[in-house]
Amino acid sequence: MRSTASALVVAVGLQFGSTQPVASQTPLDHRELAADQQVIHALNRLTFGAKPGDAERVREIGIDAWVDLQLHPDRIPDGDIERFLSRYSVLKADQNELLRAYSGAQRERREARELGDTVERQRRRNAPGAMQDAATSRRAVITQVQSARVARAVAGNRQLQEVMTDFWMNHFSVFAQKGPPQPYYLIEYERDVIRPNSLGKFRDLLGAVAASPAMLFYLDNARSMGDTSRPRLATVNRRRARALPGEQLARLRQGGLNENYGRELLELHTLGVDGGYTQQDVIDVARALTGWTIRSPATGGGFVFRPEMHDAGEKTVLGRKLRGGRGIEDGQEVLDILARHSSTARYIARKLAIRFVSDSPPQALVDRAAQVFLRTDGDIREVVRAIVTSNEFYSTAAYRSKVKSPFEVVVSALRAMNAVPDETPRTAQAIALLGQPIYGHQAPNGYPETGEAWMNAGAILNRINFGIAAASSRIPGADVDAIPSFAALKNAPREKQVDAVASLLLGGSISPETRAVLISGENPLLTRSDEGTMGRRKAQLTGIAQVVGLALGSPEFQRR
Amino acid sequence: MERRAFVKSGALALVTLGISPGFLRRTAFGAELVRAPKGKILICLFQRGAADALNMIVPHSEKAYYSMRPSIAIPRPTGSGRSVSVDAAIDLDGFFGLHPSLAPFKPLYDRGMLAPVHAVGSPSATRSHFDAQDYMESGTPDIKGTTDGWLNRYLAVKGTCDECRVSPFRAVALTPQTPRIMEGANEVVAMNNLDQFTVRTSGSQAERLEALYRTGSADLVHGTGAEMFEAVKMLKAADPRQYRPRNGAEYPRSQFGQRLLQIAQLVKADVGMEIAFADVGGWDTHVNQGSVNGQLAGRLTDFSASIAALVTDLGDRMSDVVILTMSEFGRMARENGSRGTDHGHAGALFVIGGDVKGGKVHGRWPGLEREQLYEGRDLALTTDFRSVFAEVTSRHLGAASTSKIFPGYAGIASDWLGLV
Repeated sequence: MRSTASALVVAVGLQFGSTQPVASQTPLDHRELAADQQVIHALNRLTFGAKPGDAERVREIGIDAWVDLQLHPDRIPDGDIERFLSRYSVLKADQNELLRAYSGAQRERREARELGDTVERQRRRNAPGAMQDAATSRRAVITQVQSARVARAVAGNRQLQEVMTDFWMNHFSVFAQKGPPQPYYLIEYERDVIRPNSLGKFRDLLGAVAASPAMLFYLDNARSMGDTSRPRLATVNRRRARALPGEQLARLRQGGLNENYGRELLELHTLGVDGGYTQQDVIDVARALTGWTIRSPATGGGFVFRPEMHDAGEKTVLGRKLRGGRGIEDGQEVLDILARHSSTARYIARKLAIRFVSDSPPQALVDRAAQVFLRTDGDIREVVRAIVTSNEFYSTAAYRSKVKSPFEVVVSALRAMNAVPDETPRTAQAIALLGQPIYGHQAPNGYPETGEAWMNAGAILNRINFGIAAASSRIPGADVDAIPSFAALKNAPREKQVDAVASLLLGGSISPETRAVLISGENPLLTRSDEGTMGRRKAQLTGIAQVVGLALGSPEFQRR
Repeated sequence: MERRAFVKSGALALVTLGISPGFLRRTAFGAELVRAPKGKILICLFQRGAADALNMIVPHSEKAYYSMRPSIAIPRPTGSGRSVSVDAAIDLDGFFGLHPSLAPFKPLYDRGMLAPVHAVGSPSATRSHFDAQDYMESGTPDIKGTTDGWLNRYLAVKGTCDECRVSPFRAVALTPQTPRIMEGANEVVAMNNLDQFTVRTSGSQAERLEALYRTGSADLVHGTGAEMFEAVKMLKAADPRQYRPRNGAEYPRSQFGQRLLQIAQLVKADVGMEIAFADVGGWDTHVNQGSVNGQLAGRLTDFSASIAALVTDLGDRMSDVVILTMSEFGRMARENGSRGTDHGHAGALFVIGGDVKGGKVHGRWPGLEREQLYEGRDLALTTDFRSVFAEVTSRHLGAASTSKIFPGYAGIASDWLGLV
């Protein structure tokens, strides 16, 4: 068994370096992986890594029934994680209430921002007080939202829903530091926009994102309005004119289109950059979406369509005429067109196949998944099902071929160690240190889905150092001594310990070379080199913790 | 089980290790510091998000500039000598001026070390950040299939020492992930921070971890890990902790400033670095861009103060160094409805170094009248960025040929701007 697994690791490794697709173009007519490997593989891809006992549970239910269950998160009880998350007050909060409480300081901050970052920073240094408190509470919001994301991934039972939440959060990426209100917008964005739609209809997800303050603010659509050369759907009524500060009113009358969201909607969210659109399409999509904006916190917050900002002229999007004089229907029709476009089906299908199967997924699989997308009117659950039940999914070429993202490295380590969720921000900080801060990707393209981007010398070093920290109980919630199956192994021979760790952390897939290194105990011939490594605290690991540290830092653990 | 040597192209001595009692001995893969000859160095700095070229290098003699940017234009230079206004462009040549937040660049310009290049960029029509960054980093505009970056391809063309052993620090990115511009077959190192570049455990445990990556299959993960251990040893031997900036250089506390400080450390540590890369974001000023003050001004202050500190710190060593800035495209000539600027076409960059022919604004100026603009809205392109990059890699670094670095580029040396 062990030699089979190691041969696989080598075979997969060799294939990885080549530019060939990892599987043949003709669909496989059977699942290449043996039954036990199918279980390990499914756990590696549909969850953030196996916890002790997970493989047994999957075998018990039957792998196909377990996959189906994960595709229906509402059928999976998840009370424990909900109870744990109840400590995070902002998750249940009305984001507008938080924003309103914050709006005074927000105004001050916006003025400061207009003076420039440096000036603002000086002010913050020199004047603690309202601004300082506001800054702290903004940080608190980000910290809670990040910690909750990690906790659900580590300990939630609805693992596939969480994997899909991670996928769509990244697909519809927003950046927490975009500006003052953004952290508050994250609360609803994750809770109400992304997670509930993560296995639903793509059109619903796209529509919820388009109307979310998080995206309207991040990609500037909230500021976009018809140019003066275009007719507006309505004039600014007198009551509203009185309510607006003079400067805002002048800007509203002056108008001005902002193409930012329109462009990314086409390029990143739906058609893909080669999806067949022109600069004129970008402009007309942006025009169609003018008026989709955010109400001020004082007047209730949330999405609002403002006719006085809407460009009421005629538009043409991907060859379809949108007649003039319409309002919010313009944007809705654009989303309809995009959500059902064959380029969108191909783009989303391919990206999902990259997430679940391999960095260069077989074209036949992508085509089939795209067909399912079109046939089911963009039913994400069915597209995912088509991918994760395919023979290509259960192929030797796909097995352990994906390099873990930093989020996956950290969460899979904690899950393997049966960790309880971290109440502190430490785990989220560890993920950030590995290069993937949650809500910290500035550009709207999200983090890379492929392995090359995550593999460089500095990244491997950080991963190894994380493994050492986790094995020496420096990550809250993770404790080697608390792993049930290890209790009996304290005084067992090293080889037994190594095999137990390999089974738990690597699903038994360990190369003979790695196993030999893990077994090698203290070596009297060794030249000790304990001179200071730049003043950092170094972990002295012994016994099974040492084996865990090595296994977490091993090349095998970097893959899923 | 057959043991394999690593097959990644041979910059490192990747020995195959047997599992024997002595395998952990340092001598098996000992760290010997390569003291590369003081070669030429190129430091590339990417302004991600499309910096507004027209407000960095201000065409203050263009009437159209002021009419198109009523709320964000930089006022014409006023006064002269010591009475230069800080609320206006800093005049360079009577036609162009620097944004006042680029004031630290003026002395470098006056000393002939700094060459602004205007109306430069990618011939691609794309206004997508991601495509345009991709093209600028791959060095192949409008060709998406290119898998490696042009700095990585440079590494294969010509090295500082073709005979000696190449340093693992030959190409360093001060970034959390390997940037596109450095991706490819040749070894590069990416790191957030020099100080974090160490394995935080006992020597014996670290050596066991190293052995994990030196044995087994020859794949991406193993190869990258082996490079990492080599690099850790070199850096430790160079001891960058002892570093103090020279000549009174003061780096901003910003991330960008601190990254340039670390680049200076690597230059002076003589670890064989030939290429360095860092990037800085915040240039995508769609909303409230500001004029002399404001958002863009804040970014430019950090940008210019950081670079000026690096130049000061490196002192005489600047005769071996060229700093090359870049940004994926410029921004619309006209301001938008949010007092910002949307995505445009041609941009601007700076080339700085002891051997640089600075003190003049390079590149042909296309003008800002409506019919002179690209698609009636953006600064037109008169210099392909590959012309600048090719000239720098050839004349400064000594690349024997640039056709492999910029495949498909038909530009010829006689068309180069004469920057170095």
